[in-house]
Amino acid sequence: MYGNAYIEPNEASKTHSVLADEDPKLLAEFEARIERGEKIEPKDWMPKEYRKQLIRMIEQHGHSEIIGALPEGTWITRAPGFKRKLALMAKVQDEVGHAQLLYSAAETLGKSREAMINDLITGKSKYSNVFNYPAFTWADACVIAWLIDAGAIINQVANAKGSYGPYCRALDRICTEESFHLKYGHDNVVTLATGTPIQRQMVQEALNRWWPPIMHFFGPSDKISSHTEILMKWKVKMATNDDMRQQFLNMYVPKIWDLGLTVPDTNLKKNETTGKWEYTEPDWDEFKRVINGGGPCNAERLAVRRNAEERGRWVREALKSGQTAYVVPFA
Amino acid sequence: MIESLDPRINRASISVDNNIEPLGTLDQWETYEVFHQKKRGDQHMHVGIVHAANPEMALAFAKEQFGRRGLTANIWVVNTRNVFASTYEDADIFETTTDKIYREAGGYKVMDKINQYKKSQKA
Repeated sequence: MYGNAYIEPNEASKTHSVLADEDPKLLAEFEARIERGEKIEPKDWMPKEYRKQLIRMIEQHGHSEIIGALPEGTWITRAPGFKRKLALMAKVQDEVGHAQLLYSAAETLGKSREAMINDLITGKSKYSNVFNYPAFTWADACVIAWLIDAGAIINQVANAKGSYGPYCRALDRICTEESFHLKYGHDNVVTLATGTPIQRQMVQEALNRWWPPIMHFFGPSDKISSHTEILMKWKVKMATNDDMRQQFLNMYVPKIWDLGLTVPDTNLKKNETTGKWEYTEPDWDEFKRVINGGGPCNAERLAVRRNAEERGRWVREALKSGQTAYVVPFA
Repeated sequence: MIESLDPRINRASISVDNNIEPLGTLDQWETYEVFHQKKRGDQHMHVGIVHAANPEMALAFAKEQFGRRGLTANIWVVNTRNVFASTYEDADIFETTTDKIYREAGGYKVMDKINQYKKSQKA
């Protein structure tokens, strides 16, 4: 699971000047290859900006998988019943495995795994904003598994058709595994929503808490985020933030309503003329505040991650072989 | 100490300003390329990489990472250092092969001659 990669809004304007020192012939060949639907492979020529944006995006995606395992992992010890405990453990293990696949894909672009982990634990790299919120009850874990994973699948299915070979291959594998997460999450939410009044109330409250982060999940509105043009041309990004948000609303709001649950946005409705959903504009200042470290769980998430790295360090050192040179993996 | 909703994190007594030394080069060991065989008789296919300290560990991680779903009959791991590969830049070295039609079954068309021969025999 994963949120859309976050890019500083003012970075976009720099793109054209970055392209200025690329060889125009190589750039044209590169763009023609993408236009034809060919994949770019690690050792192919690519513009510096393409490499930079992909590293950032794949790395953020990897970090999101690792950090996303924390709010869900909170409920492993207290999942109701043995079957759900097993399923949740499998899901969390999947997410951590996804991080390995993604770190490997980013690594083929020349950033070492150590450097990515260092940037995560010092707070330099971002990860999906939603994971800076706490999972108060079991119902929160269920809403995450259903709706956050649903959002992730929309994003990942789109990006799997992108231009960078290793990222696409990792995403294909990830999407296959995510389909179980979605079903599992839906099953849990349905159980609560069709259960006792207390269970219904619990899942409604969780949905109310998670709705704003879910609306933030696909990233800032296209109206305020103008960086997407070249990334879409290069098939780094395959759909705009607003398009993915629309797709999510279209697929999941009816399913939420089917269960007699309500969405905490009185403006939410489908405009039958345009076919588009209308909603209250998410609070993008809150989004920025949280992504820059001000959310309820940012400090905890990173401290837990540093703790894991530090306490595992002696094991990694003890197992080190005599090898001294690093080789970038092939694919 | 962090006060978390997660009892496991509370038990671990983690300080919020636990700054650590950055990970050094090869802290995450080297990489192994993983080849996966779905069922006996199939080819092994390259599926990705794992980071591991030794081949045994690479095999264990490859099983977790790439044998999680569906069928697996067998896995190979090969140290990335030991893979010697061609480059896409030199892809033109493969181009001549398509010209060598005399190596293909389709390069031999005999039916026209046979039919012509048969016709001439009847006449």
